[in-house]
Amino acid sequence: MSRKFTWFNATALTLGFAFLYLPMVILIIYSFNESKLVTVWAGFSTKWYGELMQNDAFLSAALVTLKVAALSSTFAAILGTMAAYVLVRGGRFMGRTLFSGMIYAPLVMPEVITGLSLLLLFISIGLDRGIFTIVLAHTTFAMCYVSVVVSSRLVTFDKSLEEAALDLGCSPFDAFISVTLPIIAPAVISGWLLAFTLSLDDLVIASFAAGPSATTLPMKIFSSVRLGVSPEINALSTIMISIVTVGVITASLISKRSIGQRERDEQAALKQ
Amino acid sequence: MNFRRLFLIATPYFWLLALFLVPFLIVFKISLSDTAIAIPPYTPTLDLSGGWASIKSFFSELDIENFIFLTEDSLYWKAYLSSLQIAGVSTLLTLIVGYPIAYGMAQSSDSWRPTLMMLVILPFWTSFLIRVYSWIGILSNEGFLNQFLQWIGLTSEPLTILNTNYAVYIGIIYTYLPFMVLPIYSALEKMDGSLIEAAEDLGCSRLSAFWLVTFPLSRPGMIAGCFLVFIPALGEFVIPSLLGGSGTLMIGKVLWEEFFNNRDWPVASAVAVVLLLILIIPIILFQRNEQKQREADQ
Repeated sequence: MSRKFTWFNATALTLGFAFLYLPMVILIIYSFNESKLVTVWAGFSTKWYGELMQNDAFLSAALVTLKVAALSSTFAAILGTMAAYVLVRGGRFMGRTLFSGMIYAPLVMPEVITGLSLLLLFISIGLDRGIFTIVLAHTTFAMCYVSVVVSSRLVTFDKSLEEAALDLGCSPFDAFISVTLPIIAPAVISGWLLAFTLSLDDLVIASFAAGPSATTLPMKIFSSVRLGVSPEINALSTIMISIVTVGVITASLISKRSIGQRERDEQAALKQ
Repeated sequence: MNFRRLFLIATPYFWLLALFLVPFLIVFKISLSDTAIAIPPYTPTLDLSGGWASIKSFFSELDIENFIFLTEDSLYWKAYLSSLQIAGVSTLLTLIVGYPIAYGMAQSSDSWRPTLMMLVILPFWTSFLIRVYSWIGILSNEGFLNQFLQWIGLTSEPLTILNTNYAVYIGIIYTYLPFMVLPIYSALEKMDGSLIEAAEDLGCSRLSAFWLVTFPLSRPGMIAGCFLVFIPALGEFVIPSLLGGSGTLMIGKVLWEEFFNNRDWPVASAVAVVLLLILIIPIILFQRNEQKQREADQ
């Protein structure tokens, strides 16, 4: 579109980003507050970080959350990639419509319903609830996100590359491993990352699936936040926000560099 | 049919059947059952050992009693209506807040765009729960917003915002803003700039060129954004339970309380089934909009 960057646009962007970021900035600043009262500034201190490190309940919940996220995002990446491949390259098979419906439905399903239905399943087959059931639940909804990300990459990539490999004597499996997988790898990795964050972040589904024996970090945060604002939660939030910020910025720098590298390679190849 | 293809299709297929479709059928079945003081807390339970007769008696005991109960107790239909209202109003407000941001992004220079894009996406990666929590300290009676308003002399008494529906609106706008901005931005970005120039050459003022050209062309983006906010907002649980008050009725919260506090599984299941029926309409409309967009793009 034609671009005329006016004062109106500048104001809209400034106000918009202030709205998006001010709450988090305030949260971070007040995590360094000396006072227990979270709205009164009483001097700089890192004591809440120290107390957080002493809090075993938070640490063990964080460990559970990381375990669940690592396992479920890995399963979700594998299953989601398979599902995407089936959707895009699978051809016709019985129940294809049902299959694609089951891929897209969890994306729009309210979390309370997903959580409730999984809990009722676990109870009716007599499965003991704990870390295992949270992993099952998270894998199920995260694999749908992965398959959407991966299938959008599969749709755009040139099928003739695969066919060339098959013509040159690859088995379909070899062709997938040596041609398709390297090309869709960035999408699989971003799908994995998405699944990992979704799992880290999930409160509702985990609360239903967890049962009394396992507590994840969001569940722990939720139960203490219900009682009001606490500087310890501010400290915890600051740590989590910093990790995500560093991760996202690093990932975007890496992808920027790899795009730049690819463009240089292509130009070099054209010159030859 | 070769074995590898079968394996490739069957693995994700059966996973989703077992962990998505079957659980939902169980919810549907329990919504037709009766509450009982037992483990599990509903009746009838299916007992296959009794053979055909027990299966028959199992089905004959299912009824729509819970759904009738939902229509009789005003709590439920009030909760559905108020969820629709809260989701609708906040979707509209998100559109009003999000559109200028998307427009500003689309008008900015190429060197700025990736940074602005990242700034919009970054909050999406940070914890939803934390983003909602950050507003508690801002909206409470002695919070930052009230301190600020009293400092500039706008109010003398603190305004009660936290634990009201206003706080829920703010929470929804804040957390779902990226879902609104991104589709509008991508619609605006695709737009052909010469259209605006043509409109201005033909005597449009900048404002009327915007209303006659840019705004209609960004409609698909706005529609997509509205659905992306409205659909999850309708079943929202975290925002009403942290920012809303006891008077805030939202169906996600009602379902949660019915299940965890009242332990009434059949009614919770019936609430879920009705919520899904309500959601089917916007979901189908959303799919149609996406389909139309894909066809238009090709």
